[in-house]
Amino acid sequence: MDAPQACGAQPGGKPLIHVPLLEITNLCVQFGGLRALSQFNFALDPGDLVGLIGPNGAGKTTAFNVVTGVYRPSAGRVILDGRSIGGRKPFQVNRLGVARTFQNIRLFEGMSVFDNVLVSFNRSGMGGVAGTLVRTPGHERIEHNRECEALDLLAVFGLAGRADDLSSSLPYGQQRRLEIARALATRPRILLLDEPAAGMNPQEKVDLMEMIRLLRDRFRVGIWLIEHDMKLVMSICQRITVLDHGETIAVGTPQEIQDNPKVIEAYLGGPA
Amino acid sequence: MTELSDRPSSRVLPAWAANFVIVLVIGTLWPVARLTASQLNPYVVQVILLIGINIVMATSLNLINGITGQFSLGHAGFAAVGAYVTGVLVNYLAAHDQLAGHEWLAMIVFLPLGGIIAAAMGLVVGIPTLRLTGDYLAIATLGFGEIIRIVITNTNRIGPLEVRGSQGLRVPVISNLFWTYLWVIICVVCVWRLVHSIKGKAFLAVREDEIAAAAMGVNTTFYKVLAFVIGAFFAGVGGGLQATGFFLIDPKGFGFMQSFLYVVMVVLGGSGSVTGVILAAIVLTWLPEQLRSLKSLHVEDLRMVTFSLLLIVMMLVRPEGLLGRRELWWTRRRLAAPSPAGNP
Amino acid sequence: MILHNLAQQLIYGLSVGATYALIALGYTMVYGTLRLINFAHGDVYMVGAVVGFYVASWVTRSGGAAWITLTVALLAAMAACAVLGYCIERFAYRPLRNRPRLVLLITAIGVSLLLENTFQLPAVFGATPRYYPQRMISSLLAPFGVLGLTRLDLLSLVLSLALVGFITWIILRTRTGLALRAVSFRFDTATLMGINTDRIISFTFVFGSALAAVAGVLNAIRYQVDPLMGIMWGLKAFIAAVLGGIGSITGALLGGLLLGMVETLLRGVFLPASYSGYADAAAFVILILILLIKPTGLLGQSTAQKV
Repeated sequence: MDAPQACGAQPGGKPLIHVPLLEITNLCVQFGGLRALSQFNFALDPGDLVGLIGPNGAGKTTAFNVVTGVYRPSAGRVILDGRSIGGRKPFQVNRLGVARTFQNIRLFEGMSVFDNVLVSFNRSGMGGVAGTLVRTPGHERIEHNRECEALDLLAVFGLAGRADDLSSSLPYGQQRRLEIARALATRPRILLLDEPAAGMNPQEKVDLMEMIRLLRDRFRVGIWLIEHDMKLVMSICQRITVLDHGETIAVGTPQEIQDNPKVIEAYLGGPA
Repeated sequence: MTELSDRPSSRVLPAWAANFVIVLVIGTLWPVARLTASQLNPYVVQVILLIGINIVMATSLNLINGITGQFSLGHAGFAAVGAYVTGVLVNYLAAHDQLAGHEWLAMIVFLPLGGIIAAAMGLVVGIPTLRLTGDYLAIATLGFGEIIRIVITNTNRIGPLEVRGSQGLRVPVISNLFWTYLWVIICVVCVWRLVHSIKGKAFLAVREDEIAAAAMGVNTTFYKVLAFVIGAFFAGVGGGLQATGFFLIDPKGFGFMQSFLYVVMVVLGGSGSVTGVILAAIVLTWLPEQLRSLKSLHVEDLRMVTFSLLLIVMMLVRPEGLLGRRELWWTRRRLAAPSPAGNP
Repeated sequence: MILHNLAQQLIYGLSVGATYALIALGYTMVYGTLRLINFAHGDVYMVGAVVGFYVASWVTRSGGAAWITLTVALLAAMAACAVLGYCIERFAYRPLRNRPRLVLLITAIGVSLLLENTFQLPAVFGATPRYYPQRMISSLLAPFGVLGLTRLDLLSLVLSLALVGFITWIILRTRTGLALRAVSFRFDTATLMGINTDRIISFTFVFGSALAAVAGVLNAIRYQVDPLMGIMWGLKAFIAAVLGGIGSITGALLGGLLLGMVETLLRGVFLPASYSGYADAAAFVILILILLIKPTGLLGQSTAQKV
């Protein structure tokens, strides 16, 4: 018999079945009589940039909410890195590597820009409390390092100059960027962006597109994007899923989606 | 680009220096306290004592209400627990002639014990109620505070320990400025350090937006309960200081009115500002005492009328309190609010 | 004998509960429209009792019979409290309507303190409790029948049921009621629909305060008048409103009656005499339980939050 193989390699170069980082299987979400999402399937890997589109009320944010633990799945599975995360609490899901932004920006308005990002650097549990109270040199060093990291992150997003300003005093576009920075500070492997371009002017959207690509490359995250701006979605996403009334009506590359008659019908309505 | 060193730091001193200063202050506290007590009029000493106790009460409540945004209206209930635990135990020792000469031991053991039991109560109260929000949390905590008060009022003895409920409990006065201000220092340092740290940002985030906080990995339940437990601990200590600082304790002094007074201190100081709340506690303890000394008929009632009017006016005019979310020495630049015209 | 005591306590409990319901209605209507716990409501109840006391004393001195005195006192108290309620809303709450809820809550407590302390001033009423005219008391509190029912018990029950019925009719059958329901449901949309929300809110305060006045007079006849009488009663009536489902009119009635009965039965029947003080805690225990098990109350409906 052959000697034990190193993980992932097999004789003859045949690859193991690839397991995506995030895998959603036959997900259903039902609120009473309303079926918000049915038979939803999805897969995402680090380095992916995938879009989720559909008319309003199609179930896009619901999908995000289930993955991040805000809603429980009524049926189906959500697997992250081999672990089932369906039904877990939001903070647990985040600790496992999924971060998100919100459709209506949810910044910590009464806190400064810097503090908004710093929140995400909370890692330790009770042990941290003792160190915080006594301020041991070890604790101080850790805090200083984290503060440096936070500042560096702000610099990537061009927000370092406004670090001590109230986050609600930022212009809209910068607020959206801060939200993304805050989510990235939690060191996720997957980033869910819920309509990040909403309310932005064309120039801001171009900058955002650049930024999203940069994030993907620099931080090696898988990015899943909900957007209404077709131009943006089509130009940066590798793959797009289209939802309508909770059902998946198309999955494919931007070109395939654009030519898909069902998609066109969902957005523009059928023949009169 | 702003370097970390350019930013105004929440560290007034490097940690090792701060720790050194704290130890130094505590070291000199005993002689300073004795000197003050001997030089000043006993009534003034009592007021200073009360100020210290109220600083502890208000600061501990600030952690719960101001920093973490959980509107608790039952803080006096935790004080009651601490007061009666400490008071009853001290009394027991005194009744068996074991107290004399061992007062310092009683203070070292019974005072924190009162705090710990109050903290346990905070756990009992906190875990079920903290899933409630806003108004509901307020009345739930009010309810708990009242339950505690009613139970104490109706309790005469617990085994060999005399409680005396509604009659009030006489406790030998074994506390003084030193013990009181020792705990003031401990409480303020703890709350300050908690707030001005990365962990503190988690508390604040829970206040600002729980859903977003959870999405950023903050275990909101843990932080809420933690704030409650720590707040309750110091409230219990505050209660114990009351019991041993004044010769009589009575459940009536630990009711909703008292809880509300502490809430006013937190709001007046600016929820979330540690220094602001300390200032408010001082002002709100000292001012009524000043008014009390006015030689006028029924000034007691007018005092309360004025107080309530002041409260309403303050809410109408400056609801964010004296300092809002700033600490005393932060400049205007820090946490600059948006300009009225909108975004720059 | 035990059965007799039980029946008596039941009637008494219903009567107490009816009074809770009257006060609870004010809380529930205000919370339904403004999402505000009107801490000052218990003190409006107190003011009703005081106004009623002064009027009743004057009418009795002028030789009025018990029923005339009662009617005049009730009307005067209702009028006074209606005005008071209107003023509180107009001058203390309305300016703060767009502020965070905590600010409103503290203002409400401030108003409550103001009323309590103003009425403790000797010039206004003083801190010592006083009693309604003896003639009224003996007439209304004379027990009749086999169960020891008093005229007051009957009156309380009848009045509360009538008033609850009246307000329910208003809510379900009039345009004002429709507007009220719209405002409770969605404040901003109601304004956009052309509803004069200020007028509706004033209405809830005026009506609720008038009801509290009735409760105040009835209770003051039964017990006594003192400036702090509103604290416990107000708090417990609020708990009754929460129990029944805050925002629900029938909930206020149900909650009030239930709470009154439970408290009375505990105090008078189930708890041994030395522990009867704990009956006071019953209301708060019920509060905690309701908040933990079904925070929207027995008849309330839950609303979800969009993420």
